[in-house]
Amino acid sequence: MAARTITITSGKGGVGKTTATANLAVALASLGQKVVCIDSDIGLRNLDVILGLENRIVYDLVDVIEGRCRLRQAMIRDKRFEELHLIPAAQTRDKNAVSPSDMIKLVDELRDEVDWIIIDSPAGIERGFRNAIAPADEVVVVTNPDVSAVRDADRIIGIIEAEQKGPAKLIINRINPQMIQRGDMMDANDVLDLLAVKLIGIVPEDEHVIVSTNIGKPVALEEKSKAGQAFRNIARRLMGDDIPMMDLEFKEDILHRISRVFKAGGS
Amino acid sequence: MSDWLSKIMGKQSSAHEAKERLKLVLIHDRMDINPDTMEKLKDDLLKAISRHIQIDPGSVTITIMHEGREQRLVADIPLKRHERKTAG
Repeated sequence: MAARTITITSGKGGVGKTTATANLAVALASLGQKVVCIDSDIGLRNLDVILGLENRIVYDLVDVIEGRCRLRQAMIRDKRFEELHLIPAAQTRDKNAVSPSDMIKLVDELRDEVDWIIIDSPAGIERGFRNAIAPADEVVVVTNPDVSAVRDADRIIGIIEAEQKGPAKLIINRINPQMIQRGDMMDANDVLDLLAVKLIGIVPEDEHVIVSTNIGKPVALEEKSKAGQAFRNIARRLMGDDIPMMDLEFKEDILHRISRVFKAGGS
Repeated sequence: MSDWLSKIMGKQSSAHEAKERLKLVLIHDRMDINPDTMEKLKDDLLKAISRHIQIDPGSVTITIMHEGREQRLVADIPLKRHERKTAG
């Protein structure tokens, strides 16, 4: 078995890297895959709370690298899936505690044990980001349809290519179909025109995401959530299935449409 | 104001404005060569070419073109028409 190592990154913070990491990990695990996810955001640990595993942490990534524990001891088993594990980031250290070669060594040790290694990268383009992409076979860039997230995504895609980790794949997160219809948000095609990379998923803005992070249960486990469905689709695309992109067209009900036409006529 | 009315009145949507602004910003961000280096490159190129064939330096254009994520240096260098020496 040789695991595929995917790093999730973005440039800009707050676009949904950790949410994407947690959901892809959970969605792949629910498809029967063996998955390890690694939080490489040293000092700003978060993947543990998104997965609801914060109470189980004993050892972390830096403990493994500095030899205070064995790799197995730092792998926290998920509550829901026996074959899903998390290696948490250290909370009290900084990014300089880890080097790119440490990450490569650690991932190489895991490769024969699992099917997927998913690394959650910190924001930015500095040491933490370099650590996160060093062991990657593929890099997935998460962005939102706004000017600063797209600009930073473009920058990071350029660096990924220069580091010969490309071509990067793109997830556009937090799409609001109603705003697109009003002309107040770029749609997926606008963003793709600008970034010119391969799209592997579009995720709608969805209140379920906040609720799921509140309770530490990734939204991919919510049957009814659209964002959850979007992440399940991306996981299947990573597995090689040909799944069409979700239809995110805003569907106005008939009463609203009539009232809109009337308002437009009157103004 | 509804979408079609804004369009008739020529008001651009903010999404459109975002895309147009980003286009320019990204071209600038992706440029690895600064204008100074570009000028020097242009001078060196013209000197090298002039040693072998006659060109008109004023009508030369050298630019960076963007195609998807690729950048390429494109030079358009018209050759000077020169009188052909005819035998006899």
